Amino acid sequence: MSFINYSSREINCKIVYYGPGLCGKTTNLQYIYRRTNPEQKGKLISLATETERTLFFDFLPLALGDIKGFKIRFHLYTVPGQVFYAASRKLILKGVDGVVFVADSQIERMESNLESFDDLKINLAEQGYELSKLPFTIQYNKRDLPNIVPVEDIDRLLNLGGTPWFDGVAVTGKGVFETLKSVAKQVLFELKKNY
Amino acid sequence: MTMTGSDLVMYEEEFRKLDSELQKLHQQSNAKVVFLVDKNGQLIASAGETHDIDTTSLASLTAGNIAATGGIARLLGEKEFTILFHEGEKDNIHISLIGQRVILVVIFDSRSSLGLVRLRVKKASEALGKIFEEISLKVEEAKSEGKLDESLFAEISDEDIDNLFR
Repeated sequence: MSFINYSSREINCKIVYYGPGLCGKTTNLQYIYRRTNPEQKGKLISLATETERTLFFDFLPLALGDIKGFKIRFHLYTVPGQVFYAASRKLILKGVDGVVFVADSQIERMESNLESFDDLKINLAEQGYELSKLPFTIQYNKRDLPNIVPVEDIDRLLNLGGTPWFDGVAVTGKGVFETLKSVAKQVLFELKKNY
Repeated sequence: MTMTGSDLVMYEEEFRKLDSELQKLHQQSNAKVVFLVDKNGQLIASAGETHDIDTTSLASLTAGNIAATGGIARLLGEKEFTILFHEGEKDNIHISLIGQRVILVVIFDSRSSLGLVRLRVKKASEALGKIFEEISLKVEEAKSEGKLDESLFAEISDEDIDNLFR
């Protein structure tokens, strides 16, 4: 749910990074944080356990620039990927404008990808959203690892048709900004369409 | 501010009204900072010594806090816990819900007290609630007269959006 503020001349939108545990959601946000000019970003907040697993969410506010005198701001969130944090994941999805699904390309993580993908659809449906109608981008992450599934194969599993996707190596930044731009653009076009 | 579709819209005139209510609450409750956040974590307005505070992060975490507490409430069969209070060594934070949609946050220290804050928040909540209702009505009217179509988005071209990502 975007927030259009005519008073402060700002448009605020919310993007949620979803995906199975250890797929690289937090790593995406950390890379974006490191590579963004200080004046464009706020603090990166991570509510994590002592072993740096996301407990509730990560949060990064970004200012992308101006359109017609309006500041365009995106609030990026990640969900906790581990299965037993289901209740928290639902909360983060509230008011979402766009979703990024970060898939783990390793062979042994395919089942976790599918499980998380189903979980995403169910949690969105509970809030009255339909994934196919939301701005949505997929990132096939960890393409640098040896034991990975060919992109065409994961794409057949997760991509229900026409969803933009990118190869990713989030630790080095490959695909990170491409993914963000893709979903952010869709969010803005969607806003324009609705007004 | 209200919903059009599912989005939140805030206009100049309503913002001034909310702002003056917040200023009043800030003074009357002897608070350090007062702010309004929507349930999704977007900061709506603030009053007081905000320059030392990262209000964006605070807004997001407050909304997370309310969301988590709401989750706990539902597990216990409660509809919602409408007030949260955290006590610190120096600063305290009082969080309350206005009309299921907006979160009012008051940060105060020993210059004030929980009793005073609760009293003033109660009064302010009524006034703020009324402003939100007025805005809803106004937007409904604007909608039915088709005025919302003349919005900012009509002027934004696809090219404008593309340019943002160059």
